[in-house]
Parts: sequence; C-alpha cells; structure tokens
Amino acid sequence: MKTDNEPISITVEYFAQLRACAKKKEETHNLEQGDLSALYARLKSQYHFPLERHSVHVAVNDEFASWDTVLRSGDRVVFIPPVSGG
Amino acid sequence: MSIFQITRDPIDLASLRSTLLDSGSGGFVSFEGWIRNRHNGREVLRLEYEAYDKLALTEGSRILAELRNQFGLSGIACIHRVGLLEVGEVAVCVAAAAEHRRECFEAVSLAMSSIKRRVPIWKHEFYADGGDAWVQCDHDH
Repeated sequence: MKTDNEPISITVEYFAQLRACAKKKEETHNLEQGDLSALYARLKSQYHFPLERHSVHVAVNDEFASWDTVLRSGDRVVFIPPVSGG
Repeated sequence: MSIFQITRDPIDLASLRSTLLDSGSGGFVSFEGWIRNRHNGREVLRLEYEAYDKLALTEGSRILAELRNQFGLSGIACIHRVGLLEVGEVAVCVAAAAEHRRECFEAVSLAMSSIKRRVPIWKHEFYADGGDAWVQCDHDH
C-alpha cells in the first residue's frame, strides 16, 4: 500500500524473554507507518516471540503508551512482557 | 519523602531504615523479599533480575508517591536489586514510617503488590534440574 507518509526510523529496545528471543538489546527499524500493533506483529513473527499482544505492554520514549499511539521518527519503543519483580 | 531505587549491589538495610528515621513518626514497618530455594516444586539455584531502569524508576517512584499521599506517611522507600542473586539474598526491601503502625503495614503491603504488578522488572530463574524460566507473575502472593 502506498502512503503519503515519509518512512520513519525508530529504535526498539528488548528486555527479558523478548531480548532472549531477539538475541539483541536493540535495533533500528524503518517503518512505512507508525503502527505499534503492526510493528509488534512483525517482530513477533520474525523472532518467534511467545507472547500475544494482549499480554504485552508498550512504552514509547520511556513512558507507558497505548497501542494506538502513532510512532514518529526518532521514537524509542519497548515492548514490556509480563513483569515479575519483588 | 519517597524514594525508589534500583541497585546491582547488596541492599543496605540499615541505611534504608536510617533514611526514614523521623521524630514525628511512631511506627516503622519494613518488608524484605528473599530469594527462595523452590518455585512451583522445582529447586532454585539462583536467579537473575533485569530492569528497564528508566521506566522502572519512574513507575516505582510514582507508586511510592501515591502511597505516601494516600496514607499520610512521613516516608516510604524501596530498593530493588537487579543482576545475579543467590538463594537467601535480599531481592527487594520496602519500608514505611508514619505516625502510627497501621498505615505503615498497609502501605508496605500495597507497595509490594503494585511493584509486582506495574514496575518493569523481570525474574529469570535457574533450576537445579538444569532448566530455566522467565517467571510470569499473574497473581498477587
């Protein structure tokens, strides 16, 4: 699908089991559109993440964000698997 | 005063207590979470905690500030350890001081529940049988 939007460049940082699956701490992605759900689906498929989207939270630029947040170039994204501190 | 910290070093419990000393407070309650040797029937050798530091500090501080206001505490503090920990080590300590004991007990208990639910810290357990697992805590112990 062709869009009028310029491609955007974002950084994804990985923690816990998602880091173990991706085998890396972070990477840069160029996206056609800033859709967090689409990004997670793509990474889930690429790295075989065992977690469905509904059990993952997301942070953008070090704050919790909702899945309908539209990403902008330079954003830093973290997908947060179920937490287990304490 | 409310303080949330993450450390790679052993938690200094005496120092945590002394930061909360307050002449207007008659109660002080602290909770320590220890590394237990069993989980779901498997023998645990050690575990590794990992934090998303920046957001963990923001969210942890938010939780403690909320509780401080809610219970009118003179102070509440939490230190969470990350990195490799052995059985018997202290993984987390939460402590609160207030005029009376009741609000201290409640605030510390609620702080632990909220931290376990909201703060981006993860536990990776290593077992005596050679296996390992990322723990998923979906209920409040």
